[in-house]
Amino acid sequence: MNQEKSRVLAVEAHGLVKVFGDNRAVDGVDLSVPQGVIYGVLGPNGAGKSTVINMLATLLNADGGSAKIFGHDVFANPQVVRQLIGVTGQSATVDELLSATENLVIFGRLLGLNHAAATKRADELLEEFDLQDAARKPLGKFSGGMRRRLDLAASLIVQPPLIFLDEPTTGLDPRTRNQLWETIRRLVQTGSTIVLTTQYLEEADQLADRIALIDHGRVIIEGTPDELKAAAGVTTLHLGLKSEEDADSAKELVEKLLRVAAIKTGPTDISAPMTDSDSITDLLISLRSSGLHLAEVSVQKPSLDEVFLALTGAQNMEEGN
Amino acid sequence: MATTQIVSAEKRQLKNHANSAQVMSNSLTMAYRGLLKFRRTPEQFFDVTLQPILFTSMFVVIFGGAIAGNVHNYLPTLIPGILVQTVVTASLVTGVQLREDMDKGVFNRFKSLPIARIAPLAGALLADTVRYAIAVTLTFGMGYLLGWRPEDGISGVFASGLLVIFFAWCISWIFAFFGVTARSAAGVQGVSILILFPLTFLSNAFVPVATMPHWLRPFVNANPVSLLIGAVRQLASAGTIGHDFWFSLLGALVIVLIFAPLTVRAYMSKA
Ligand SMILES: Nc1ncnc2c1ncn2[C@@H]1O[C@H](COP(=O)(O)OP(=O)(O)O)[C@@H](O)[C@H]1O
Ligand SMILES: [Mg+2]
Repeated sequence: MNQEKSRVLAVEAHGLVKVFGDNRAVDGVDLSVPQGVIYGVLGPNGAGKSTVINMLATLLNADGGSAKIFGHDVFANPQVVRQLIGVTGQSATVDELLSATENLVIFGRLLGLNHAAATKRADELLEEFDLQDAARKPLGKFSGGMRRRLDLAASLIVQPPLIFLDEPTTGLDPRTRNQLWETIRRLVQTGSTIVLTTQYLEEADQLADRIALIDHGRVIIEGTPDELKAAAGVTTLHLGLKSEEDADSAKELVEKLLRVAAIKTGPTDISAPMTDSDSITDLLISLRSSGLHLAEVSVQKPSLDEVFLALTGAQNMEEGN
Repeated sequence: MATTQIVSAEKRQLKNHANSAQVMSNSLTMAYRGLLKFRRTPEQFFDVTLQPILFTSMFVVIFGGAIAGNVHNYLPTLIPGILVQTVVTASLVTGVQLREDMDKGVFNRFKSLPIARIAPLAGALLADTVRYAIAVTLTFGMGYLLGWRPEDGISGVFASGLLVIFFAWCISWIFAFFGVTARSAAGVQGVSILILFPLTFLSNAFVPVATMPHWLRPFVNANPVSLLIGAVRQLASAGTIGHDFWFSLLGALVIVLIFAPLTVRAYMSKA
């Protein structure tokens, strides 16, 4: 962590603004993405995720604010920034008339590889992304999942240190989605930094080291998935007792030691909000010394869904799904 | 892959601008992409194949007798006229197709790549010279079938073909400009036709200038399309290079010098 802090940020944006007509699509977004992480930009449809990504990826000018990629100003030096990023847009950014190989070779040539190197790299990527079937035929004839994979492969030709993925798994079946998750995790292991957007809480929770939750063009909350959960609700302690007779005395003990109101959620089950995690140790010791035997102990964090709902409102949630 | 580490951002060699070698290389790659696409979309050749064939036969049948007395005498006038008309129209199609292409997602990737900004445009226009070459070959071929025998033989015909292709590439920048700035492909077509009609019809393509109203003649004579047709007639029939040749070349270059920078600027501000 210390080492990460001493390195320049992969993305550093301050007060980004984008206005379309009278719609402030992005309304003062700050982002700090350290190197070597998966950073999730989470938000419902229309929140401004793509617009943020497009500005950071030099595809769209900002109406306000500043952004740096590895310390290079995005708006002053876009050509330098383009050498450090790979972008997979929300809609397909490959040529559907051409085959997978032709696509990759053309992108490779544009990126400065000679024909032999571009062909070799294309073959490597096709194998890695399990796309050999699409190697020779025009892409238009292939599934959304294959096109998505090719799109990602095309962003990795020169192994850029920062990769933007705009809703990489939207519309994919669960199996393909899981494959893509694996690929994304592997990329981070090789030292890349990933910024991905998603409408899916589960995806952000599963993949991202840090999450910025955005809605109506603003960052509502930012942090690790755990921090977000903590911010939205209180963690709950669940106790399951071995015998029903012990339940009431256990409940009293919980209330006394944790100084909260506990509830019986079943004949042998007790739940209590957990404000101070340290006091759990004392509680468990007292339970044992009082001869109250536990069948089960669990601590439950609120789900990201609850965070999302609490912070963006139920209406957005419906649009998002 | 999981074990080899990528080169970190700090250690990469970064360049601020594309040098001319990169401009060339990127443009040629984009032209190669255009050629690959032609293979998959043969309908892009309809205008440059059908038009020369239909127009030559139709004009010969309908007007041949009326204008020059007999068909054979009319061919040296007609073939260059149809050729230039077809190729100039084909260069309009370049603008429309560029627009359609730019609306596709793949252009977003081109914009995010560290390539010369002019390359996607220059490459597309370069690839389209293949279409112009097809139109040239077919029109001259039709002329030959109908009995056209240029006195000077093949070299003048060949040279005039090259001149026409170059001219078409130059004026395709006008239509590329509309392609980049217009909101839709249909819009490009509309505006471009407004430019194209006076250029092709107010020319000496099919009717002698002497038969036109006096007030129109200065425009018709100064029209780069007329100059080009004149140049092709001289070059193809007699193998000579006259004023028309130089003026049409000059006109074409002026068009590039004006429209290429405008187009690239408009493209970059959108990019
Ligand atoms: N090119 C555009 N022109 C006008 N409005 C746009 C454009 N792109 C996005 N918007 C608007 O900006 C807002 C944010 O869009 P977007 O960034 O695509 O959201 P998300 O990616 O989170 O779904 C939406 O209200 C959308 O309609
Ligand atoms: Mg989006």
